[in-house]
Amino acid sequence: MSGPADRPLLQVRDLKVHFRTGSRGPFRRQTFVHAVDGVSFDVPRGTTFGIVGESGSGKSTTALAIMRLAPITGGTIDLAGARLSEAEGNDLLALRRKAQIIFQDPYSSLSPRMRAGAIVREPLDLMEIGDPEGRDGRVADLFGKVGLRAEQQALFPHQFSGGQRQRIGVARALASQPDLIVCDEPVSALDVAIQAQILNLLRALQREFRLTYLFISHDLAVVQYICDEIAVMYLGEIVEQADRISLFKRPLHPYTWALLSAVPSAASKRRGRRRVSLEGDPPSPIDLPPGCRFAGRCPFAEDICRTEAPARREIFPKHWVSCHRVGDDGVPPHEMYPLANGPGGPGGPARP
Amino acid sequence: MPAADASSALLEVRNLQVDFRTRNGIAHVLDGIEFSLSKGEILGIVGESGCGKSMTALAIMGLVPTPPGRIAGGEIVYRGENLLKASKERMRRIRGNRISMIFQEPMTALNPVFTVGDQIAESIVLHQGLSRRAALDRAVELLREVHIPAPERRIGEFPHQLSGGMRQRIMIAIALACEPDILIADEPTTALDVTVQAQVFDLLLELQQDRDMAIVLITHDMGVIAEMTGRVLVMYAGRIIEAAAVDDLLENPQHPYTSGLIACVPQLSDEPEAEREALMEIPGVVPPLTELGVGCAFEPRCGFRMPVCVQSRPSPVAVGAGHSAACWLMEDADRQGADRQGADRRDGDRP
Amino acid sequence: MADRPAGAEIPVATAESPAREAWRMFLRNRSAILGLVLLAAIILVSLFGPPLYGVDPFKIRGAPFTPPGVDPNVPLGTDHVGRDILAGMIGGGRATLAVGASAALMTVAIGLLVGAMAGYYGGLVDEILMRITEFFQVLPSLILAMVLVALFTPSLYMIAIAIGVASWQSTARLARAEFLRLKELEYVKAGRTIGATDRRLIWVVILPNALPPLIVSATLIVGVAILFEAGLSFLGLGDPNIMSWGLMIGSSREYIFDSWWSATFPGAAIFLSVLSVSLIGDGLNDALNPKLRER
Ligand SMILES: Nc1ncnc2c1ncn2[C@@H]1O[C@H](COP(=O)(O)OP(=O)(O)OP(=O)(O)O)[C@@H](O)[C@H]1O
Ligand SMILES: Nc1ncnc2c1ncn2[C@@H]1O[C@H](COP(=O)(O)OP(=O)(O)O)[C@@H](O)[C@H]1O
Ligand code: SF4
Ligand code: SF4
Ligand SMILES: [Mg+2]
Ligand SMILES: [Mg+2]
Repeated sequence: MSGPADRPLLQVRDLKVHFRTGSRGPFRRQTFVHAVDGVSFDVPRGTTFGIVGESGSGKSTTALAIMRLAPITGGTIDLAGARLSEAEGNDLLALRRKAQIIFQDPYSSLSPRMRAGAIVREPLDLMEIGDPEGRDGRVADLFGKVGLRAEQQALFPHQFSGGQRQRIGVARALASQPDLIVCDEPVSALDVAIQAQILNLLRALQREFRLTYLFISHDLAVVQYICDEIAVMYLGEIVEQADRISLFKRPLHPYTWALLSAVPSAASKRRGRRRVSLEGDPPSPIDLPPGCRFAGRCPFAEDICRTEAPARREIFPKHWVSCHRVGDDGVPPHEMYPLANGPGGPGGPARP
Repeated sequence: MPAADASSALLEVRNLQVDFRTRNGIAHVLDGIEFSLSKGEILGIVGESGCGKSMTALAIMGLVPTPPGRIAGGEIVYRGENLLKASKERMRRIRGNRISMIFQEPMTALNPVFTVGDQIAESIVLHQGLSRRAALDRAVELLREVHIPAPERRIGEFPHQLSGGMRQRIMIAIALACEPDILIADEPTTALDVTVQAQVFDLLLELQQDRDMAIVLITHDMGVIAEMTGRVLVMYAGRIIEAAAVDDLLENPQHPYTSGLIACVPQLSDEPEAEREALMEIPGVVPPLTELGVGCAFEPRCGFRMPVCVQSRPSPVAVGAGHSAACWLMEDADRQGADRQGADRRDGDRP
Repeated sequence: MADRPAGAEIPVATAESPAREAWRMFLRNRSAILGLVLLAAIILVSLFGPPLYGVDPFKIRGAPFTPPGVDPNVPLGTDHVGRDILAGMIGGGRATLAVGASAALMTVAIGLLVGAMAGYYGGLVDEILMRITEFFQVLPSLILAMVLVALFTPSLYMIAIAIGVASWQSTARLARAEFLRLKELEYVKAGRTIGATDRRLIWVVILPNALPPLIVSATLIVGVAILFEAGLSFLGLGDPNIMSWGLMIGSSREYIFDSWWSATFPGAAIFLSVLSVSLIGDGLNDALNPKLRER
């Protein structure tokens, strides 16, 4: 029996977001970008769920769909037991209080013509949170929580540094006391020395308010550091999903394996290791190949890979992968067939 | 002109000073930059944005925008010739022929209205005086060398038809057209995905080995430094604050800024089980270059600051073989054989 | 961690709003200041000149074709019926400037409404509004304005409306482009996630940020509208009961070789007004452009 208490805060089922492209009109060819194409995952309360993938893989679109900022073509999104994907009007507004977003670019995420204090206060006013007299105090409180000084409310965004602007974005997201915060590449646009400040802040806030994060990034090191469970996306699909230990210890999907090995790292044990070279670029999400979407770049592709899409299988408890060639015993192809030019696998020596 | 001595450095930068006039006064964008580059070596330059990495590259290329910029002093000696004294015509010949550069954003560096074949061929015709026909053949050859599939077809395509990684490889092909001795790569993969970045790095390593070409690799990513470079310069606020061989620098950083830069970024590790500790933070931000005091530029953000740090600026001190750092903490360290290069050079230069 | 003020790194500088900063940049621009002073002078003379000078510009005050500087009673001479040119110069500015300003307002109002709706809603709304805009764009605007004025009784209001109807398309395109760009920015998306309505997003969130190029184009439209009014009056389509610079030029066009002064003085006044407005427009363009502001 599972009571509502241990139901995941966020449940995404078979989410699809397709954008129409090309010109409109009766005689012109209609094409669709399959930005997100059947994505399912659960995020338990108080945890951080990471989505990694290369650019164009559909990470941001997934985030925007969950925030109801992108049109949902199919599938469902449930937040705290309510059907977020179909909510409208006041129901949607009520659910919006529970889910907020932090964007990547600290320059375009704050209106240049509003003072910092007004930016953080806006959600309180629009969502009618607390009584109006108490809101000034709440804004000052939020400034303190994100490490800004209350006097800085009077400043305009251009008077802050990138890291501080990101703190204002965090304060705005915290204003409605949400359960879920979607972080779309929250540190990618920041200078290296500033990233740690924001990552530490996010972790501290998570502990203090028991926040749930959906954390999107293309930086695997950051994801490894901050996430509890991770989904790897490729061309609109999740190809592998596992908790952080399993995924980084022993990636099963050839794409995850190649991705991990491509990350340059200054950690002493990884230095000097050979990379797996993937040939080519991801195909366009408009003309998707049949079968496995990774087949064109996969060193282990076989005939079946080019004709039949691999099913998602739970190889180990809570470790899912979509690849024909991962054995039922959980041995991935890169351990069975070491490549002439590749390492034994970033997860250490092959199993006996 | 003295013939280049095979054993000496290919390129030597001595006490380079670049100033910019800004609304808030004079900014010393580069201040006493000093390093040398040998044949076939990969030198890394790392630092936060705005610390002068790109400007160092532009100064070597003779491309500092003047005004508002101004080369205020120093020498850039390439094979015995001071490039800062070279005529415009001479510089144009060196640029592209002997020293080439690739940039961060491969889209804006390519002209959208010409085919990639035209753009490569133009550079070849300009620098080597080949006929157009021969230049186009050479372009196909170069594209093959940078591993672009079906090069005969690709030379007829326009930049927007290519992916980011492909465009960066075209830029590399253009840079290689004249077989340069030195390739300056300014954040060549920052705009690219990791798997594509790995392809570009493999290509650069291959070229460096096959052609014995020296590469200056500018980046903000310590992981890239670790994987690609042999020697590293760490820059902060227009100065080199630490220089060392890469392993030495990563294992044994001396300057507080360098250790901060290494520790503040999570590194992908094979031991995900290890306890996740809070990341080390470098508090604050880089100060505006017009507001630097007489002391150490890192002082407002440094956890080790001492009274002397506000009063005067530390000079680079040798702390080991081929390892130097500019920090007052080093003065207490073993100073045997300390080469106080550049010490006091600019004393009295500042109010 | 969260309670350590990392914000300590920058001082609480003057909380200068972007608008004030732009104004400060504007004041540093010499030619813009020249334009501002010139326009202020023209407006002051037009507002307070007529009561001070006290001469009805339609009244005959001397012999026809009196050249300037001959009769101290009419320092700038008289036109072909003997009306005081100076009185016309002083009294005609009101109508010309009023038409210019209200036509520009009209243009911006129509253009902004159409452009904002098209850019913000996109899709079918955009499609329909842009077709309409294109339709108006292919009509020659001077002829359209002439037809409109000719259909109705010529009055200053009618002229302002006619100019507005004939020239809003470029403003609409500009507004649409800005709205298309800005609505994709994250702060607009963030506004949606905190429950802002479309109305609030369009008028409170996007509009202030779309305003700079629209303000610049509005100043240019004032100049165009002044010329338009002159053109309509010149062609005899103006309001004959109200003195304006355009009317002065228009009514003396047949005598241009007999009395150069009767057309030259109002012509110069129009030239200076348009010049001052476009100097101001240039200054605003520089001041409102964040890239140039860094210098
Ligand atoms: N045209 C210019 N006018 C004034 N200052 C300039 C100009 N170009 C560069 N600078 C200044 O020179 C300094 C060094 O610039 P540079 O572009 O070399 O930095 P960088 O370390 O490569 O940074 P990034 O990683 O952001 O590219 C910066 O402080 C920058 O503001
Ligand atoms: N509004 C849109 N119209 C058409 N295509 C879109 C739109 N938004 C995103 N896409 C496409 O969807 C795919 C996934 O985009 P996105 O989720 O932004 O990728 P990322 O993983 O880089 O965040 C990309 O191919 C992108 O071009
Ligand atoms: S299904 Fe086939 S092509 Fe796809 S990842 Fe697995 S082995 Fe490679
Ligand atoms: S000189 Fe002083 S302030 Fe500068 S880095 Fe060294 S200890 Fe820190
Ligand atoms: Mg994205
Ligand atoms: Mg740079």
